[in-house]
Amino acid sequence: MEQQTESAILGMWLFLAQEIMFFGGLFAAYLVYRFKYPEAWAAGSEELNITLGAFNTVVLLVSSLTMAMSVHAAQTGKQKRLISFLFLTLALGLTFLVVKYFEYKAKWEHHLVPGSNFVIHSKMFPDVDQAHSQLFFVLYFFMTGMHALHMVIGAGLLIWLIVLAYKNYFTPQRFMKVELVGFYWHFVDIVWVFLFPLLYLVHRHV
Amino acid sequence: MSTIAITPESALPARKHYLNIKTTLASWLLTTDHKRIAILYLISISVFFAAGGFFAGLIRLELLTPKGDLLDGDTYNKVFTLHGIIMIFFFLIPSIPAVLGNFLVPIMVGAKDLAFPKINLLSWYLYIIGGGLAVFALISGGVDTGWTFYTPYSSTYARSEVFLAVSAAFVAGFSSILTGLNFIVTIHKMRAPGLTWFRLPLFIWAHYATSLIQILGTPVVAITLLLVGLERLFHVGIFDPKLGGDPVLFQHLFWFYSHPAVYIMILPGMGVISEVITCFARKRVFGYEFIAFSSMAIAIIGFLVWGHHMFVSSQSTYAGIVFSLLTFLVAVPSAIKVFNWTATLYKGEISFEAPMMFAFGFIGLFTIGGLTGLFLGAMGTDVHFHDTYFVVSHFHYVMVGGMVMGFLCGMHFWWPKMTGRMYPQNIAIVAAVLVFIGFNFTFFPQFILGYLGMPRRYHEYAQEFQMLNVMSTAGASVLGFGYLLPVIYFTWSLFKGPAAGPNPWNAKGIEWQVQSPPPTFNFDEGRPIVVEEAYAYSTEG
Repeated sequence: MEQQTESAILGMWLFLAQEIMFFGGLFAAYLVYRFKYPEAWAAGSEELNITLGAFNTVVLLVSSLTMAMSVHAAQTGKQKRLISFLFLTLALGLTFLVVKYFEYKAKWEHHLVPGSNFVIHSKMFPDVDQAHSQLFFVLYFFMTGMHALHMVIGAGLLIWLIVLAYKNYFTPQRFMKVELVGFYWHFVDIVWVFLFPLLYLVHRHV
Repeated sequence: MSTIAITPESALPARKHYLNIKTTLASWLLTTDHKRIAILYLISISVFFAAGGFFAGLIRLELLTPKGDLLDGDTYNKVFTLHGIIMIFFFLIPSIPAVLGNFLVPIMVGAKDLAFPKINLLSWYLYIIGGGLAVFALISGGVDTGWTFYTPYSSTYARSEVFLAVSAAFVAGFSSILTGLNFIVTIHKMRAPGLTWFRLPLFIWAHYATSLIQILGTPVVAITLLLVGLERLFHVGIFDPKLGGDPVLFQHLFWFYSHPAVYIMILPGMGVISEVITCFARKRVFGYEFIAFSSMAIAIIGFLVWGHHMFVSSQSTYAGIVFSLLTFLVAVPSAIKVFNWTATLYKGEISFEAPMMFAFGFIGLFTIGGLTGLFLGAMGTDVHFHDTYFVVSHFHYVMVGGMVMGFLCGMHFWWPKMTGRMYPQNIAIVAAVLVFIGFNFTFFPQFILGYLGMPRRYHEYAQEFQMLNVMSTAGASVLGFGYLLPVIYFTWSLFKGPAAGPNPWNAKGIEWQVQSPPPTFNFDEGRPIVVEEAYAYSTEG
């Protein structure tokens, strides 16, 4: 039993190491182009909605807290607390995704989705290179999209935990599934903590 | 040959083992037994090897004559691309870890199964889905980018089937990641009592190092291929310079995985050779710690040398010099292994059974492959050899001469354990010799062709190169026959082979203490307790 627990934890850490490398490729691409085309990056970042991004950052950080509370509740065998914290975490996660949807929608309306309709006008850099700014938005959509996909998977895992919790599956001796989903959830939050300044705050430093 | 202990067929008790405990198709397709999953991999990998080999045969036939008379240029490009994709992603990378590793890692560490048996089954299904996508890409029109998917050709200009092929490699990549994850957790957490890290068989060390590369490298190529797919589908410019992207970035990301992937292919082979050499020399392996640590060193340094694929791709000279230096550095741990194997053989009681013959073949071919790698790691000579047949020959020596030889070596060594049957030694030795001779006839002329300047990837060539190409094609037919032989006698031995008994080679190691074939949970009499170091051969004189 102890061996199973240890194996599961090591397995999750290795999986997350794999995830870091997965996002690492994207961060490497970001880094290269950011240094190559700083103006296009600032112009692109100017178009992002800092208020919504900051709001979402807070939402995710709070959800990390509620997730940690869920793990604690599971460890101490408090069923009702566990269920309510899991619901709260799920609600925060879904809030993040809804806000993200409105952000994407606004980009679509402003012709900022890469493709033939792409066009960008920047106050800071009136003659910014269209192709390079488009590259910023390619990476913006791909990185945040990958992150959102991880959030959707996380939401699915939370629903699974809630179902198990209703069936009184978790006991102080058996809470490993909550803890592992917790690892995953914190990881996804941390990725966002890097994405937010890299994408939203660039033009503040030009 | 006195070491083979053969029990007569009639003396074999009717015993339940992993092969005959249940026989329905569902019991195979839904199994979580690592040994059955290994057999599933063995069958599917053999099919892919045959397909990849068929395409190789087409390439060699086309190159028999200087004119492109068998295949037109377009078809030729598709054929060598599929040869590459199938061989790399669906044969070389999974072969030893997924077949021999799956079968042996749990038994060798004294565990009942891998840490995550269901994930193990999942990784086989991912492999099959990836393979299915690759086959679908083939029949729906083919891909002509080469297995490297270089952008912007792959992302903008090539046929749309690129997307399918890229997805195939992506899915197969996750199969590889999950296998690696399973191995690392099993090796860390499930070792038998007394089995300390430095009592582990070197086969396990090799798989540990390989798994690290799989976990840290494969996700990078996965995301890169996803980006290629994205660019392909939506025409956004991540790698296409016309749209603001940078094709060199693709090469960096691609080779960051694909160079370490070479070590995913060769390290498990080295693990097999370490086991076989020490067993048939009846000697404790020379410099156990050095071989173990050299596996780890190869895994780590292997991540730092990707730039040697890019000496001529606008990389700065300084970067080139650093990558060149690091490339020389990675040759050191590989050389340590070869020297330690030879030192193990020195004054050993060597017996020339079939697995040992394959191991000798491995050392010979891998040494040539490794030494010619130095020509390519040095910037000056690489500029001359770049994209010539010298490169083709070099990596075939390492991967086919090394890795495939290692795979065959391991199959011959552990076949009695996997099936409980022996195979005819004499024919197997003939097969080993044929593969060695055929291989050298196929690929040695290609070194000369590359030196003379014949470029790779062309379906026509200048008249002056024909003689060497004819030699190469002739060698390929010998090689093909050498590969066919084991298929025949292995199949024969399944039905008619004499029973092997638990330890036909008198080898050391936990896997030889259990019955052949092993029971479902590997150990009928409880977990083994390890009391001695690995390879305590010299104690028996």
